[in-house]
Amino acid sequence: MQFLSYLARGISLGSVYALIALGYTMVYGIAKMLNFAHGDVIMVGGYVVFFTFCKGGIHPVLAIIIAMGACTLLGITIERVAYRPLRGASSLSVLITAIGVSYFLQNGAMLLWKSDPKSFTSVVKLKPLVLFGGQLQISAESIVTILVSVVIMIVLIWFVQYTKPGHAMQAVSEDRGAAQLMGINVNGIISMTFAIGSALAAVAGALLLSSYPTLIPTTGAMPGIKAFVAAVFGGIGSIPGAFLGGILLGIIENLSKAYISTQLSDAVVFLVLIVVLLVKPTGLLGRKTTVKV
Amino acid sequence: MRKMMCVALTGAVTAGLAMSSMAAEVIKIGGIGPTTGPAAIYGSNVQNAMEIAVEEVNAEGGDIQFELQFEDDQHDPETSVNAYNSLKDWGMQILGGTVTTNPCIAVGSEAVSDNMFMLTPSASSQDVISIGDNVFQVCFTDPNQGRASADYISEMELGSKIGIIYNSSDAYSTGILNTFLAEAQEKNLEVVANEAFTDDNSTDLTTQVQACKDAGADLIFLPIYYTPASQILKAANDMGYETKFFGVDGMDGILSVEGFDTSLAEGVMLLTPFVATSTDDLTVAFVKAYQDKTGDIPNQFAADAYDVVKVLYKACTEAGVTADMSASDICEALKAVITSDGFSYDGLTGESMTWDASGAVSKDPRGMVIQDGVYQPMD
Amino acid sequence: MAGRKKMKKSTRSNLMTFGFVIAFWALIEIVRMTGHMTAKIGGLLIPVCAYVVMAISLNLVVGFLGELSLGHAAFMSAGAFAGIYFYTTAGAALPQWLAVLIAFLIGGAAAGIFGVLVGIPVLRLSGDYLAIVTLASGEILKNVLGAMYIGSDSRGLHFSLKDQFSLGMEPDGKMLLKGAMGIMGIKKFSVFTVGIVLILITLIFVTNLMNSRAGRAITAIRDDEIAARATGINLTKYKLMAFVSAAVFAGFAGVLYALNYSSLVADKFDYNLSINVLVMVVLGGMGNVLGGIIAAIILTVLPEMLRGFSQYRMFIYSIVLIVMMLFNQAPAFVSWRKRFMMRFRKKAPVSGKEGI
Repeated sequence: MQFLSYLARGISLGSVYALIALGYTMVYGIAKMLNFAHGDVIMVGGYVVFFTFCKGGIHPVLAIIIAMGACTLLGITIERVAYRPLRGASSLSVLITAIGVSYFLQNGAMLLWKSDPKSFTSVVKLKPLVLFGGQLQISAESIVTILVSVVIMIVLIWFVQYTKPGHAMQAVSEDRGAAQLMGINVNGIISMTFAIGSALAAVAGALLLSSYPTLIPTTGAMPGIKAFVAAVFGGIGSIPGAFLGGILLGIIENLSKAYISTQLSDAVVFLVLIVVLLVKPTGLLGRKTTVKV
Repeated sequence: MRKMMCVALTGAVTAGLAMSSMAAEVIKIGGIGPTTGPAAIYGSNVQNAMEIAVEEVNAEGGDIQFELQFEDDQHDPETSVNAYNSLKDWGMQILGGTVTTNPCIAVGSEAVSDNMFMLTPSASSQDVISIGDNVFQVCFTDPNQGRASADYISEMELGSKIGIIYNSSDAYSTGILNTFLAEAQEKNLEVVANEAFTDDNSTDLTTQVQACKDAGADLIFLPIYYTPASQILKAANDMGYETKFFGVDGMDGILSVEGFDTSLAEGVMLLTPFVATSTDDLTVAFVKAYQDKTGDIPNQFAADAYDVVKVLYKACTEAGVTADMSASDICEALKAVITSDGFSYDGLTGESMTWDASGAVSKDPRGMVIQDGVYQPMD
Repeated sequence: MAGRKKMKKSTRSNLMTFGFVIAFWALIEIVRMTGHMTAKIGGLLIPVCAYVVMAISLNLVVGFLGELSLGHAAFMSAGAFAGIYFYTTAGAALPQWLAVLIAFLIGGAAAGIFGVLVGIPVLRLSGDYLAIVTLASGEILKNVLGAMYIGSDSRGLHFSLKDQFSLGMEPDGKMLLKGAMGIMGIKKFSVFTVGIVLILITLIFVTNLMNSRAGRAITAIRDDEIAARATGINLTKYKLMAFVSAAVFAGFAGVLYALNYSSLVADKFDYNLSINVLVMVVLGGMGNVLGGIIAAIILTVLPEMLRGFSQYRMFIYSIVLIVMMLFNQAPAFVSWRKRFMMRFRKKAPVSGKEGI
């Protein structure tokens, strides 16, 4: 029973990682760049929900929609100002610029909202799920997070596979030059990807903070990195892979806290990651690319 | 581009050279602490409080006037030493810093070789004051807090099975933990769970709380700052885990976290020298000044920092320090005064505070318990 | 650029690089001798040297081998901790110069060994998967070193990965490594000339390596791995060679860095530091050693020069970083810059890529 409750906690944490990783993998899959600022967009989303819902008292769903709008706008602006001029330069330049954007958002948030921690009120107002006569308890936030991640995953897969813009995304991901020649507006598609990724970040921010309520300007950084790891773990670029990677990462982290060592849990997580990549060099669900000569 | 970079670099070097010390009319106090990065809350509190205290000192219009320059160190030893060097170029005569422990140790050894008087508000490790005889603390030394907490728990019979959750990547937390464990053994307190977290895996602290619950701990000792503590309180509440919590001075501030449901902190005990809700005149005046300046409620770092400036003022007055003295001469004069028998200071964080040659402060911790959303004295 | 006669392009750029480092040293020494040295500049010299060595060595992996590494700080950490552990224990009995020298050797060796350990999985992977493994190994090392306690007392050495109390030390014991607080009480050794000598050694090694058969093999792997394999180049050998050499020099840099402070903590060497070094390499132009050196100097000095902006300091730093990247790397800006330069220098050659 103890094991089950540790497992449940792992899944809760994992579902948050999964939600963030979906945004990561989406952007990576299409734009082929590691958007290191993704975690900080989550933080911004968190602040927007904090001020509209926790302090402003408006309906949580409305607050999240406002946050999604704000983050979408932010994501598109970042893409337009900082990433698009670098299209055509080496992919590392964009990575570095993304790091610059990450610093920008963190320090901007610090100037704007100051560094004192805020305690987030959960956007989920439901009772926890109690099983086995109270021995196993799963918080409503976790259940909502898992459901939301699954829904988002399915919608994303559907969107990419069965809609016209989705097909365009696949084409851009496959071969940007060829896509352009086929009359696809590559810049528009990439902007759209950022818009979707950033909107997801706002949802992730609200749910991350509902489960783990401390909000400071660097709140997004560590979950962002962990989610990046999760996305790679599952095979970066793969949407179900991001979900699976996130859940597994959360489980591994919490079980190693419970049974190995609380202070070395990160070392265990990263060690498992390395071992998995040794066995499956493109992650759990990553596509194996064959190089034609 | 290369050329531009070269030009920029040479420009930077010459700009550095152009700075020189100027004629001294006021005593120059330096402050160092994190005002950016994850630990920014501590440094900003210190900076604001020091500014308030310096304004007060100068408003008194006495012979001694202070000028404060506060530099950011991002809680990083390297940047902290850089900040120290910047302050030296500015002409700093006394250092009121640094805020966090690891940077303080790095800066401390620089201050020792310069013989710069150093009074830290909040770097509480034993290792800070053992660097040299010119380093003093306003906060409790960690080992004292650990020992005092264990003694208090044992004397008041607050709990029989102790769980601990601490931050293993933080010098403050590990310092308290170490002596707490030693003293707990001495006093036959049973520690049933000793759980750590690090700055990197602190997103989710529920597993640690669960471990304490499974071990049947009836009191959880939290030698950590209030931010993770607020998360632990929430996790325990969500789990329906009813237990007592016992914190240290880093816990103060929990009631003023924006958005925090203070009912969760009901019954939390802590040993702290300062609570913002105290009704004594000094605290009320300070909290008001702080709120007027920043709109926020000061935490214990701010209170310690306020005391730093006031202690320096008192010591400078008694030692007859003047603005034209060198940093080293000031250091000798202040050392002699602050460790002398007659010197004692009543401040925000304690009454009749005295210092011995080790650099540690002697003051009484106050046991507080949170009731109805405010701190009440425990005994 | 100037005087392009018969000299080979690579030789010329190497000479410029060496010349720059020596001129930098001379400039600083002149400033020091004429008594204009400020504490701020003085304090920045050793970290600047250490980061320059870091940037040059990371350039081996990123610029010449063409693999993305997000864990270069880990090798710096391995070197620093191994070297300083020796320096504060056994080295304390030796004359300082000898202790420093051995500390450097131990640090380099430790970082090299760690490099081999990380390098083996790295060779199986490529691209972002490789990047994540380097990041992961860096975080593992940081996590483990941050949780490690070593103490010595009359009964010998004690070791723990939990906390100081579980060492069960006698009261007279001395802590050698104290978890989150790391190693303390390091007797400082910060000599700028040593830093410059280390930079020069690194440069000599890198330029010689790149002009050798091995170096050509390494760049061949970068340019086309399949073609390189087809011509019979032993991929594993040369990849590991580049990776481990970079690690060894990062280890040296770590020792140099750590000797400049009285304490050493593992938290310093996190992925942020690795990324900062990567920023230096990319900003300076991948594979461009001199560019990397200049970028390392600027990025280390810049946050200190922005102190006047107080709380806006890091905010402005981030903007400067983004603008520098755009100005330096964005295709539109690059061509604009070229056109701009052409107006002044009619005969300037329009080469394809910069700095490779």
